[in-house]
Amino acid sequence: MNKLALIAGGSTLVYACLACMMGVLPGIELSSVAAGPGVKPLTALESEGRDVYVANGCSYCHTQQVRPLDQDKIFGRPSAASDFKYQTPELLGSERTGPDLTNIGTRQPSSVWQYIHLYNPRAVVPESIMPSFGWLFEVVDRAPPGASAVPLPKSYAPAHGLVVPSHSAEALIAYLAALKQPPLPGAEAAMVGAQATVALAVAPPPERAAGSAALRPASGDYDAAKGAALFTANCAACHQASGEGVPGAFPALKDDAVVNKDDATKHIQVVLQGLHDAKVSGVLYASVMPPFAATLSDAEIADIIDYERSAWGNHGKPVAAAQVAAQRATNK
Amino acid sequence: MPADVTARHSILSDKDERSLVSVFSAYVASSAIWLLFATAVGLLLAFKFGAPEFGAGAWLTFGRLRPVHTNATFYGFASLALVGLGYYVAARSSGAKLYSAGLAWTGLVLFNAAAVAGTVALEMGYNDGDLEYREWPWWIRLIFLGALIVTAWNLIATVARRSSKDIYLSNWYIIGGTLWTGINAAVAVAPWYQHGLGQVSVSGFYMHNAVGMWFTPLALGVTYYALPKLLSRPIYSYALGVFAFWTNLVFYPIIGAHHFEFSPLPWWLQTVAIVFSVAMLVPVWGGSTNFLLTMRGRTGDMMHSYPLMFIFVAVMSYLLGSTQGTLEAFRSLQEVWHLTNFTVGHSHLTMYGIITFAAWGGIYALLPSATGRQVSRLGMALHFWMALVGSFIYVTSLSIGGTIQGLDWMHGLPFIQSVVDMQSYYVWRGVGGSLMFSSHIVFGWNVWRMCHGPDVATSRLESSRSEKAPLESLPSEQAVA
Repeated sequence: MNKLALIAGGSTLVYACLACMMGVLPGIELSSVAAGPGVKPLTALESEGRDVYVANGCSYCHTQQVRPLDQDKIFGRPSAASDFKYQTPELLGSERTGPDLTNIGTRQPSSVWQYIHLYNPRAVVPESIMPSFGWLFEVVDRAPPGASAVPLPKSYAPAHGLVVPSHSAEALIAYLAALKQPPLPGAEAAMVGAQATVALAVAPPPERAAGSAALRPASGDYDAAKGAALFTANCAACHQASGEGVPGAFPALKDDAVVNKDDATKHIQVVLQGLHDAKVSGVLYASVMPPFAATLSDAEIADIIDYERSAWGNHGKPVAAAQVAAQRATNK
Repeated sequence: MPADVTARHSILSDKDERSLVSVFSAYVASSAIWLLFATAVGLLLAFKFGAPEFGAGAWLTFGRLRPVHTNATFYGFASLALVGLGYYVAARSSGAKLYSAGLAWTGLVLFNAAAVAGTVALEMGYNDGDLEYREWPWWIRLIFLGALIVTAWNLIATVARRSSKDIYLSNWYIIGGTLWTGINAAVAVAPWYQHGLGQVSVSGFYMHNAVGMWFTPLALGVTYYALPKLLSRPIYSYALGVFAFWTNLVFYPIIGAHHFEFSPLPWWLQTVAIVFSVAMLVPVWGGSTNFLLTMRGRTGDMMHSYPLMFIFVAVMSYLLGSTQGTLEAFRSLQEVWHLTNFTVGHSHLTMYGIITFAAWGGIYALLPSATGRQVSRLGMALHFWMALVGSFIYVTSLSIGGTIQGLDWMHGLPFIQSVVDMQSYYVWRGVGGSLMFSSHIVFGWNVWRMCHGPDVATSRLESSRSEKAPLESLPSEQAVA
């Protein structure tokens, strides 16, 4: 009997101590990390949207943690301890079958895009394998007051009637729109930076785009393959790989006047500063285009613009990184 | 002492004997049903990667079925199979009757009630936060905790009735695993220290321990009993088994944070987890070497005994899968593999390769002689080969695909490229998964044969006693030449 007490009791005591040390104590300590400046609790609607996100298991495919690694830069700045004050349950996730959503409100501010994508992801991203959430929408004959129909591409729209989001869908999209990283205060930014240095010291990541045959520079200073890749990563979700946009939702770039105009000032400014509630080729678009000044370099923006000016039969005059820099300077 | 444990003659009355066997069979049968359900869901999920519109609607959406698959596998299938085996091993190796069949049946009802309620809740969208392996609403997890307490009590009281002074190593693992998991479940359910980042640290601790301090110890405990019994020779080194027990206990609970490398969890916490992930090589290599040395020189017997083959695969997966876990913990490799499908490959190499194969090996080794009803060699062969080949395809495709996914990200390709590049590997995963699921159907059939099938040998009444003389009780191909 004594031996039983030793094995069962002794090992359980050891385990209980370790559970306190590695589970409970860090839990207590880290539960009290204060919110950083700009980190706010969600509104009632956003919080309801977060529940929809949890109930339908969005975080089994989408993380909400940006690592201090080069490959995560596209998703935002590295997540910091002070970001998590109001995030219970935590939604860091363990798999990135789809992209990280920590900063999706900034990266994709267009709720029109979000609604189309939620209804059927393949309507805007043909290669997507995300499930359709058509069951979060209703098909009606006429949009009820206050609600607007989702401008679906014809091939994805139901044969009859209009598609309007349910309350759950509205809450979910409101939550996604609220996922915006506030800038880090200096001290914490330095700390996250130091961790990144440690990480990089362990294994320096390869140069971006190095080693990929698809991204080898073309002749001349404009890197066509790089421009195409940057367009795919940053622009194609709305303007589409075909450059034709989504009628009624996102304007086409193919044959667009601004894109084909020799004076590229407007084109550069739209990429730098984004656009909202604008009339393009006589059509008013409700969707918001995010500014790229903070996330892309002059050379990258020039590559994207040159790609847009030469693809799909467009023939706008190419721009140089220096022109982008000059336009950027005028905005300060 | 250990040498004779597996050959101990039972002093049980027929009534006690029958009640132990019916508890054992009921747990195994119940686990087989959960396995079929959980992996049918898994197969549907695998198809969805290639055909995302397949099975539309709230009830069949990926994000609801994914936790149904993992939780039903963990808390339906694996827990029930291992607890059933645990009861049988505890009673047999102690030469004692089960302390309380009533408690065992209560436990069975509680485990099943929790798994049914949890599945329905997840399907209805009641998910407690998408937190890996603790998605069931908290009150359902309390039912599971209740089942654990009932089980631990029953196991301890059974072993307390043992006829010898010593406690066989299997029971250390089986009782230990049940008690530790009770603590882990309690740590996971208490809300007071789980806000924001605090909850992240608890998640790291819980999700890791839920696997490695529950399924692994029970699977090891079953193996420490079934393997010597099948080979009719004692475990190579009892002392090494004891050493692996204590080192595993001390090292394993420290390493949960390696699931959150590069996250905002304190850097030191992550580093400690990595260091002890390396230390885990000690119990892992110690344990698997011990099993392999027990099998030394008996390859010929192994080829003729499917229960031994199942256990051999489990031991090799333990060696490979756990060593892989250590390697994955290094920051340099985590940078490539973290958040990719490589992790899914790893979790199937371990949960399937180690735990599930060990459970099957234990069931085929012990259930036929317990019930006196045989399973056909063809049935075991079909089960074994489809499961082995299927899981090999599954793990290989996701490991390669996951590596490509990680390299795509590091090379700065547009994210959607990593989705496109995974497509063919997702298809292969579906192929592997289909074979695995087919093997589970055969397993279900085999379980039915072992519990309710015809009494093949007319002398089976004899042989239900022959358990008491295990050498004769083994089917001839296992009863070593």
